[in-house]
Amino acid sequence: MGIVVSVLRGLVIASICFIILRPLLVKLVSSFMTERDLYDQTVKWIPRTFTLDNYRNMFKHMRYAEAFPRTVVFTLSMACLQTASCTLVGYGFARFRFPGSNLLFALVIFTLIVPPQIIILPLYLNFRFFTMFGLIPEPGIDLLGGYWPFILMAVSGTGFNNGLFIFIMRQFFKGMPRSLEEAAYIDGANPLQTFLRVMLPGAKPALVVVFLFATVWMYNDYFFTLMFMKQGNLLAHYLDVAAHNYAHSIGAVFTGQYISLLNNTGMILFILPLLILYVVMQRYFIESVERTGLIG
Amino acid sequence: MTSGRRFRISLRVREAISGYMFTLPFTLGFIFMFLHPFIQSIIFSLSKLELSSTGYSLTYTGLQNYYNALFVNAEYPRLLVETAGAMLYSVPLILVFSFFAALLLNQKFKGRTIARVIFFLPVILSADIIGRMESADYITLFLEEGILDVDEMTFVGREQLLALIMYLKFPEDLLTYIVMSSLRIAQVIRSSGVQILIFLAGLQSIPPSYYEVAKIEGATGWESFWMVTFPLLSPLIVTNIVYSIIDFFTAPSNQLVEFIRTSMFGSAGYGVSMAMSWIYFAVVAIFLLITAGLISRKVVYMDEG
Repeated sequence: MGIVVSVLRGLVIASICFIILRPLLVKLVSSFMTERDLYDQTVKWIPRTFTLDNYRNMFKHMRYAEAFPRTVVFTLSMACLQTASCTLVGYGFARFRFPGSNLLFALVIFTLIVPPQIIILPLYLNFRFFTMFGLIPEPGIDLLGGYWPFILMAVSGTGFNNGLFIFIMRQFFKGMPRSLEEAAYIDGANPLQTFLRVMLPGAKPALVVVFLFATVWMYNDYFFTLMFMKQGNLLAHYLDVAAHNYAHSIGAVFTGQYISLLNNTGMILFILPLLILYVVMQRYFIESVERTGLIG
Repeated sequence: MTSGRRFRISLRVREAISGYMFTLPFTLGFIFMFLHPFIQSIIFSLSKLELSSTGYSLTYTGLQNYYNALFVNAEYPRLLVETAGAMLYSVPLILVFSFFAALLLNQKFKGRTIARVIFFLPVILSADIIGRMESADYITLFLEEGILDVDEMTFVGREQLLALIMYLKFPEDLLTYIVMSSLRIAQVIRSSGVQILIFLAGLQSIPPSYYEVAKIEGATGWESFWMVTFPLLSPLIVTNIVYSIIDFFTAPSNQLVEFIRTSMFGSAGYGVSMAMSWIYFAVVAIFLLITAGLISRKVVYMDEG
């Protein structure tokens, strides 16, 4: 009985894993194919003529060498800012009672429910003619094209899905024992010192989860970055146009299949750093999720 | 006595001040980066918006944009109905699957770590740009069809499966639903990453003593699942429904979202695209309210921590 159950379970899990991994495997396998292999009906999984040309071409036309470092710096700094602001705010909600705190927290959830599409255009115009909310005379300054829109959103906890991060941090801090802080207060520390020296080191699991989510979403972001940077110069933007640029640069017209092959190669190049990060961090990540009790 | 009371009050005031200070970034961000554009967005949807190099001008047009979105635009109403239908369809599937997957991953077996790593992989693999590119990608589409034809029905033939379901005398609607869902299984699995995480975290937080008590009382595994696990996870079901609806509705592969985005800079104009967003948001908000309202009555809450 026990064996039957565990064999069945193994089968179910293995097939689900296969379904999840299949697009990735297909991308990987096809990325080594030549264009001719792609049309050859007899080539199913294993490329007949193994080639690295796709990688070479996409690497060049995604401007990987130049765009990747830029994207990493941008992604990591935004993820740090988001994590920092959401941790502060989450702690504020978890530990202090103040009039209006419930309402304010409800508004955090509200920002999660309202889709970014609703506010993106007004936000775009506000950044285009930025008057510092009335402090700078009309027509204001143009903040688009740089990182300012993202910095402002990140430090104020209103970046993409930041409501979720505030929520996760709040839940985590609520679960931490109060005795630690009380000891710090008796020793004469103020709330900020207590937070930085006592609570923050204990919050590592939640910080890992939030930081990883923030990194993944920022790295993959296309919607906001394309809107707020006049010319998207991050890896995601180059990935989107690389195959067409390649065709253009050699004056050729590629078939849909070949474009797709190139795009899939590009996606591998794009996702690889995230996969590595995920595999390196997965131990902390999954443990953290268990220990944060993500949502309770 | 008086000094004692003053001390207590000042302590409370101090606590409130700290609270306001810690949450200040969000309060400012909410007002300037959210509420302000949110209200502007309502105004935009009721106006004709014209851009120039020095700013923009608005002319109030009443409900004209909404009228245009619903009755003049050729694509929008169809996409709206399709998307809402697909959402109604997918959310229950995602919910059932992620619940089931979390139960599986919560058990102890060899290779559990690897299985978990793979199950959460879609969170990374289907984020913005990748999801966007895959939704129109030739190889991906080909692959999805390949799955339908080959993998799905190798063990049990499609006809035998149908005959079995007929024999069990399921209601016809349910039957169509089951057959159709088997065709979408890959997509469902890949949109369940975060939901599995949420359920798994919930499962981990159930104190083992509850199960011990259930066992002592003579409950079978089946009974303790329905009496302990399921009720304690029920708040998370609401969380996951809300998450799934929002996730579905803002997904980069969502055609309607893409349509609204392109029509913003295309022929339709800003005002109409804002009106489209609002109609869409209203539809989703109604879904959210109905489901949350229906389900949260049956939810069991553990005492507030």
